Amino acid sequence: MRLLIALGAGALFGSGLHLSGMTDTAKVQGFLDFFGAWDPTLMFVMGGTIIPMFIAWRVAARRKPLMGGDFPAASDPVFDRSLILGAVLFGAGWGLVGLCPGPAIASLSYGGSGGFSFLGAMVLGMLLAPRARQWLDRRSAVA
Amino acid sequence: MQIDWIWGLLGGLMIGCAGALFLLGNGRIMGASGILGGLIDGSGRSNWAERTAFLVGVIALPAVLQSSGALSTQTNLTSNLGLIIIAGLLVGLGTRIGNGCTSGHGVCGISRLSPRGIVATLVYISAGAVMVVFLRGIWGAL
Repeated sequence: MRLLIALGAGALFGSGLHLSGMTDTAKVQGFLDFFGAWDPTLMFVMGGTIIPMFIAWRVAARRKPLMGGDFPAASDPVFDRSLILGAVLFGAGWGLVGLCPGPAIASLSYGGSGGFSFLGAMVLGMLLAPRARQWLDRRSAVA
Repeated sequence: MQIDWIWGLLGGLMIGCAGALFLLGNGRIMGASGILGGLIDGSGRSNWAERTAFLVGVIALPAVLQSSGALSTQTNLTSNLGLIIIAGLLVGLGTRIGNGCTSGHGVCGISRLSPRGIVATLVYISAGAVMVVFLRGIWGAL
């Protein structure tokens, strides 16, 4: 049952990415182009995602997950170096070609060889990340 | 062009419902980079099947819808392989160092009013905007 829910959520997520235009790199870069011909579509996407999720968090505050266990604890509001640096690197890559991880995974169904190359490079980056984190932690320990 | 926002809103609602289902059903945060990254670096070994099922869904349903003609996907991905590789590395590295991407920090974090999610989202959107200004204005690409 857990697997079915995961499969269903993935299918809904993937289809939503296609329908919303998140898979269209020109739309994403158009949204990030605040000083040019700004494309507001992504604001509507964000607004659309937040409505059901906001309700879900309200429900989650009063119950347990259907499949048992607990909801993930809220993280402490710590704005450490890895959060900020990670977000900067991610944003730079996102702006560079207009793909974030969700649409990159979904690109296996539409992106051709370019999408495949992006996904390969992203996986490599994910493999290198634990080492980069260790290095960052060591540096902040010294400082 | 004029009706793009309707599709954006509808697609966004679907993404939000997917996140709500994953959260209320399995008690998990629907973050694309976290779900995939945990499989890549082994940190998510204990629930690998759930992660894999999610990823299969992401790819399979749109693929089926496309081949039946129900869905046509637009993309404008650059053909510059160098840019694609650099961007992919940055996205993979950055989302794992910073612990989230558009779906984890953006969709799930903001809706939970998580300070980390909100700050991360502001930072990556700003970084993306700077990159686009650079691409369009200075480099003349795009």
